Amino acid sequence: MENLEQLVQDGLAAAEKADSLQALDQIRVEYLGKKGVITQQAKTLGKLSAEERPAAGQKINEAKGQVEQAINARRADLERVAIEQKLASESIDVTLPGRGQNLGGLHPVTRTLQRIEEFFSRAGYTVEQGPEIEDDYHNFEALNIPGHHPARAMHDTFYFNPGTLLRTHTSPVQIRTMEAGKPPFRMICPGRVYRCDSDMTHTPMFHQVEGLLVDKNVSFADLKSTVEEFLRVFFERDLQVRFRPSYFPFTEPSAEVDIEWGREADGSIKWLEIMGCGMVHPKVFEHCGIDAEEYRGFAFGLGVERMAMLRYGVNDLRMFFENDLRFLRQFR
Amino acid sequence: MKFSEQWLREWVNPEISSQELMDQITMAGLEVDGFEPVAGRFQGVVVGEVVSVEPHPDADKLRVCQVNDGSQTLQVVCGAPNVRQGLKVPFAVVGAVLPGDFKIRKAKLRGQASEGMLCSEAELGLSENHDGLMELPADAPVGAEVSDYLRLNDVAIDVDLTPNRSDCLSVKGIAREVGVLNSLVAQAPEIDPVEAVHSEVPDIRVDAPEACPRYLGRILRNVNLQAKTPLWMQEKLRRSGLRSIDPAVDVTNYVMLELGQPMHAFDRDEISKGIVVRMAKPAEKLVLLDGQEVELTSETLVIADHEKPIAIAGIMGGEHSGVSQKARDLVLESAYFEPIALAGKARHYGLHTDASHRFERGVDYELARDAMERATRLLMDIVGGEPGEIVEVTSHEHLPEKRTIDLRSKRLADVLGLDIDRTTVEEILIRLGLQIDKLLKDGWRIVVPSFRPDITIEEDLIEEVGRIYGYNNLPVTEPTGSLGLRENAEATRPISALKNYFVSHGYQEAITYSFVDPRVQAQIDPEREGIVLANPISADLSVMRTSLWSGLLKTVAYNQNRQQPRIRLFETGLRFLQDDQRIDQKPMLAGVVVGTQYPENWANGRRNADFFDVKGELEGLFSLLGVQIDFVGSWHPALHPGQTAELLRDGEHVGWLGTLHPQIQKNLELNGTILMFELSLNSIVTGYVPNFKEISKFPEVRRDLAIIVGNDVAFTEVERVARKHAGERLTALRAFDVYEGESLGEGNRSLALSLFWQHPERTLNEDEVHSLFNSVIDALKEELGATLRS
Repeated sequence: MENLEQLVQDGLAAAEKADSLQALDQIRVEYLGKKGVITQQAKTLGKLSAEERPAAGQKINEAKGQVEQAINARRADLERVAIEQKLASESIDVTLPGRGQNLGGLHPVTRTLQRIEEFFSRAGYTVEQGPEIEDDYHNFEALNIPGHHPARAMHDTFYFNPGTLLRTHTSPVQIRTMEAGKPPFRMICPGRVYRCDSDMTHTPMFHQVEGLLVDKNVSFADLKSTVEEFLRVFFERDLQVRFRPSYFPFTEPSAEVDIEWGREADGSIKWLEIMGCGMVHPKVFEHCGIDAEEYRGFAFGLGVERMAMLRYGVNDLRMFFENDLRFLRQFR
Repeated sequence: MKFSEQWLREWVNPEISSQELMDQITMAGLEVDGFEPVAGRFQGVVVGEVVSVEPHPDADKLRVCQVNDGSQTLQVVCGAPNVRQGLKVPFAVVGAVLPGDFKIRKAKLRGQASEGMLCSEAELGLSENHDGLMELPADAPVGAEVSDYLRLNDVAIDVDLTPNRSDCLSVKGIAREVGVLNSLVAQAPEIDPVEAVHSEVPDIRVDAPEACPRYLGRILRNVNLQAKTPLWMQEKLRRSGLRSIDPAVDVTNYVMLELGQPMHAFDRDEISKGIVVRMAKPAEKLVLLDGQEVELTSETLVIADHEKPIAIAGIMGGEHSGVSQKARDLVLESAYFEPIALAGKARHYGLHTDASHRFERGVDYELARDAMERATRLLMDIVGGEPGEIVEVTSHEHLPEKRTIDLRSKRLADVLGLDIDRTTVEEILIRLGLQIDKLLKDGWRIVVPSFRPDITIEEDLIEEVGRIYGYNNLPVTEPTGSLGLRENAEATRPISALKNYFVSHGYQEAITYSFVDPRVQAQIDPEREGIVLANPISADLSVMRTSLWSGLLKTVAYNQNRQQPRIRLFETGLRFLQDDQRIDQKPMLAGVVVGTQYPENWANGRRNADFFDVKGELEGLFSLLGVQIDFVGSWHPALHPGQTAELLRDGEHVGWLGTLHPQIQKNLELNGTILMFELSLNSIVTGYVPNFKEISKFPEVRRDLAIIVGNDVAFTEVERVARKHAGERLTALRAFDVYEGESLGEGNRSLALSLFWQHPERTLNEDEVHSLFNSVIDALKEELGATLRS
């Protein structure tokens, strides 16, 4: 059986020297295959006595095991090298830009509107829409702005004919929603509005959001908290807010809202007018068939472009409607 | 309303700074729009007296003057035309500093020494007037500092009043507010009736009492209009933004600023017989004080004599009857005109006057007589004259009614969110001039004074209390309300989901004007008439869009002109159509695409977007929304005739997709192949709620075939025929190749299709698939003239 010992040594050496998986497989066949030189040793067992046979058989099996182990170890080595080589050949420049589409973006007005809508819808306000070509009744009369009212002059209205116009605010949507439903109401009305005015600080079209809350026990104090909280969540800081008496035909009492926006040279607060608000005028309720003794409401309104300008530092209102891609792309 | 702080402080003088005063007014709802010092900054300017005036030996236009500065007499060379001996003028002595940091030094002018400068109003920053020296009154104390003498330490405050606060269009009204805010009583000047010294009265007839419920007239005889308006009055007028004209105009303006009553003075000799207050006759003409001739409409209230109109009531006087220096006798007018009768009238004539501004907003209807007495007295102090009796024509039934309003304390507390104590409420009401007529069990019965036409309902009183109490002193409480849930249709997607889809496909959202250029719209949508604005901002923004494409294409041009070759835009918004008598306003979603499909880079290449790129994006949108949309070859005036698809949902039109017609593209000076789509939003946002189907456990079978058909056979036609014959187990059909080439013969193309079958309950056997496949092939051959491609 010295021969077996030699065969094992040869097998181990051959496995060690194999330089490819094919060569290794040949070695496996040569030594361990059906006709492999070690396998063949089993044929010699027949010549042995029954007593000798188990020990010799075990030796042959051990020899097979040794060689097989060596072959497996070598295979693992070769496979690892092969994978490493494959990986090395497959390496790419990961710094090159990716393939396919880039992202577009929402218009900054939409982005601002969506934020505002989200604040209020989370508080249970509905988002209402309405026509932009309006009738005189919904844009003016129902809002307590009769034909002779001086406030009409403040509105610079676009007309199609004496009774038909482009809405000058989104308030008619509130009227239409109140006409169609029953209180309580909690709604905001975002959308395009139009004024016949165009210069550095005015565009003939812009966007407003108006809010309305009508319920049995609503007060000016509720309005104050709603407006203050809105401004804080919008600007994401704890800014000072003040309410200044003002006049709108559709609210009474009415207020203009100023926010703290920097400081004057003398250190005092620089106030910036940002929105209007007030308690719904009983005349407005009357026009919508709501009992002003039973229900009260507050309303507020703001210009979306102005909010976007302050929020994003845009310094020219007109850019919103030029749609210059270099401008739009800044608001992803 | 612009007024001098000093003037206000003559009425009410709280111990607060100018800034505090302005903050206080602003926070009471009378927004201070701005303020400015009433003069430039200067020092070293005294009252000088011109002692003598000699011609300059070497200059025709210059004079050599000796001027007394109070302590000595100095030589000053002066070029002003009005310099004369005895004149008192502002004298900037050597060392003085004038506005603009202009220092006065000793100088020689054409060889003559000059020690100082005599000043015009402009040189002191008082006005723009630099026509000559500012002439000071003869009694001005020589040597006194001019800034002290003219009390120039004053600011002009400009208040931007809301249209309801007509009561504050006077110093009196502002003083009342400031008094309320500081718990002080505003001191009004004494107004005593002027006793008549003759019995001549104007003949006044009011034919339109509904428009003019009250008209007062008085004759002032033998006046001297050569007299000069006193400096104190000129200064107050100037600080309120009005120029001094002559004593008659100045006094009426002064009374208007002081008390809020616009007045007018006529030259009595120019009035034929008497005054008639009436509506204008059609086509009547009047030359106004500003020189323009207007043709009056019959809705215009005029002051007329027995022959002709002499003024537009409450707006502007006529030139003819205006007071000149020659006028001997005056007729003074003080009236109450109804705001509604005057509303919009001034604007109709392109006018806006201090008088019309006040009358349109509502003047105190009890003020006319006081104002008349005040003006008479002030005028007589300047121009002398003999006053007659006041003639008053009042139609009580047309005067505003005295209003009483109940204010309930509970309502007050409910609306403001605070229970303010009774004493505080009463004090606020009384200081505002609101009389408490009666204490009620739960509140007050208030009589509204005639100067507050804006207070008509309980809420107005609540606002007054809240305003004076201070909005910022009111509490802040969070609103409470129902926490009920609302319906939210699952099958309907919010617009934001659609917008986000386009954003994630590289589109930028645009917002363009809803009114567009009719010339562009005529190219895009020649068959529909846009709704035209009566008063557009400009011709290129004069018609409402019938399609969002007009604005988007203009945006493409704008960006192409700014080196942006790759443009992908979408917009949502209404489009407007006139539909018989109805206006149809429908929300649309539109997009335009031009340039490379992907941003150009090493991997994306530079392939331009084509029809099928955009179609694929729309198909993606439709599957997101869960809607089945058919694209059908069609025709649209704006689109390339061979690259136009109409989009249908269940046979109903929902939109268009196509390539902009090359001719229109050229006309609009646009570059590249422009793909456009427009969809009716309401038609596509509602899809379906998913409904689970069992997943088949059995294998799917695929068969491919390639056919050659005529170019005119649409793929959807091939698909329709194939599906019809493929049996109910067909699960999918795809075109995986389209080829056109010479080898196929002119007018032909090859389509390669894959068909997929699967049975939910068993494995399909080879024979049945084979038989279905063959019947598809036979049908394509028979119905569409297809041949199998070998």
